[in-house]
Amino acid sequence: MDRKSKEILLEVKNLRVEFGKRKKNKFVAVKDVSFHIYKGETFGLVGESGSGKTTIGRAIIRLNETAGGEIFFDGKKINGKIDKGLDKEITRRIQMIFQDPMASLNERAKVDYIVSEGLYNLKNYRDEKERKEKVEKALLDVGLLPEFLSRFPHEFSGGQRQRIGVARSIVMEPELIIADEPISALDVSIRAQVLNLMSELQKKKGLTYLFIAHDLSVVRFITDRVAVIYKGEIVELAATEKLYKHPLHPYTRALFSAIPHPDPRKERAKVLEIYDPSRHDYENNPPKWVEIEPEHFVLANESELEAYRERLKSPDESYSL
Amino acid sequence: MEEKDIILSVKDLVIKFRLRGDVLTAIREASLDLYEGESLAIVGESGSGKSVFTKSFMGLLDGNGWIDSGSIIFDGEDLSKYKTEKQWLKIRGEKIAMVFQDPMTSLNPLKSIGKQVLEAIELHQDIKGENARKKVIEILEDVGIHEPEKRYKQFPHEFSGGMRQRVVIAIAIACNPKILICDEPTTALDVTIQAQILDLLKALQEKYNLTTIYITHDLGVVANVADRIAVMYAGDIIEIGKCEEVFYNGQHPYTWALLSSLPQLGVKGEDLFSIKGTPPNLFYDIKGDAFAPRNPRALKIDFVERPPYFSVSPTHKAKTWLLDPRSPKVEPPESIQVLRQQWEVESNG
Repeated sequence: MDRKSKEILLEVKNLRVEFGKRKKNKFVAVKDVSFHIYKGETFGLVGESGSGKTTIGRAIIRLNETAGGEIFFDGKKINGKIDKGLDKEITRRIQMIFQDPMASLNERAKVDYIVSEGLYNLKNYRDEKERKEKVEKALLDVGLLPEFLSRFPHEFSGGQRQRIGVARSIVMEPELIIADEPISALDVSIRAQVLNLMSELQKKKGLTYLFIAHDLSVVRFITDRVAVIYKGEIVELAATEKLYKHPLHPYTRALFSAIPHPDPRKERAKVLEIYDPSRHDYENNPPKWVEIEPEHFVLANESELEAYRERLKSPDESYSL
Repeated sequence: MEEKDIILSVKDLVIKFRLRGDVLTAIREASLDLYEGESLAIVGESGSGKSVFTKSFMGLLDGNGWIDSGSIIFDGEDLSKYKTEKQWLKIRGEKIAMVFQDPMTSLNPLKSIGKQVLEAIELHQDIKGENARKKVIEILEDVGIHEPEKRYKQFPHEFSGGMRQRVVIAIAIACNPKILICDEPTTALDVTIQAQILDLLKALQEKYNLTTIYITHDLGVVANVADRIAVMYAGDIIEIGKCEEVFYNGQHPYTWALLSSLPQLGVKGEDLFSIKGTPPNLFYDIKGDAFAPRNPRALKIDFVERPPYFSVSPTHKAKTWLLDPRSPKVEPPESIQVLRQQWEVESNG
């Protein structure tokens, strides 16, 4: 793939997010995170709970304040103080899909209102007729019927609710959608439906996704590039297939070793790797962010790099599922 | 397979619920024999009845639900005839214990961890005071909690999700139950923690001589821990067999569908297999095979008559007309055929 031909849609530079104002209870959730997302791709952000992956997503969409660093969307800086016009523009062009469709829909509002709430807020429709059209089209796009508009969320199943969640984000005609664990609260059979819907919408509308997840098997299926994040720091970033061929950082390897296989033989043979951060000798030999092979970055110090380079020469690791 | 003793035997169980004036049949004549010392996984979608089914073994059905017919034989007694809490208290916790899904909500936030495990011991066993405390610390150590003396006095909010689930497990095994039911024990946890908890449950099963039932919607999770797998759909067990038999040689179209919708088996860039439609409405009587309306390979008879069990091997049976010698040959989806071939090659070689 030629990297130069691709246009960068979102760039995150040295992002830092802190919680707690006073020194005593200050907590740094995201330290010095940098990455960019190309137009039209699906970028995965993988890590366990508390790693800061959700915080990054929320910082991009301006739900969390940033303590340092910059976020650029389509060339414009969108974090910190920005003017109202730009704020509105960002709200329209970046949308979010949340994890739990049982908790993220207003129980007392009809689908009509839930899906058009964003339109109401930004008033980006000419008249009532156009709003109705937009909402009905969004519902059809996600595979629901326009007659559902007058129903309440409790009348829908988990999968249908998540479709409503998707509909209310695409009704804004966004360019970037941040999907924060969009399928982890769903049943396996419904997961497949929502994943298919997401890739279908991407093809049809040229959407760009930031896909936040903890499950590497799902991430492999849907993403083009993946960043692995541990305690607020990205430890490895690569084109998805490259990462799955040669996971280098011990944390990435621990994550891989934990993927459940729907195959009893493989499962019984599997060895669980547990990541112990104290194995790095970073006091004397601080790590650097290195591109170890094209489109494959890893955080490592000199001695680790050597070992990683050796590993790259080894054949494809059988993490293929 | 060597002969094992049956520890729990469920026969033609029917469970109904009264909901807004209507009657819903959640379990439709399901039967199950549980062997001593085995681990069985019950797999199904939400609403398939897998939780209700196992809750009925402990008398934990909601107030609007009841066992309509059938029997649950355990220790020579029919649990389905139990009426009072007093009867149930002898079973619940003491003989059959449960680990619930979400460790964030299943612990009391106002009581220290130690006290919560202690409570279970003092309630069911004749150990008091210092001895009971020692026992608690022993159990906490068994479930992999470091420095149990120090952790004893701590409260749930000081524990991470994985550690809390360990505490929940400690409470469940505190009374040396015979059967441990784990209801989605890892769904609320991270992948890395999930694997650790499953390892722990496996180790405990051996140490405490437990018979375990795992309830889950994710087939990937149980490939490692289960000896046998039961697939549940619309309140009935439609296929049951040894782990390998169900994974590599599944027979029911619903089992195929469940397996092939896993992203692990998907091909990148192509659509993932997904099951069309929704599970049947249990307020109505179901005619024929409950999965037929969602099954693109359904036969005519699937809509008319409910299939009985057909055996595939002495340990493997499925409720599908496809196994009837008179039915036409229907090929499973591609991803399942790949699994089958792998299995055949390895079994013969």
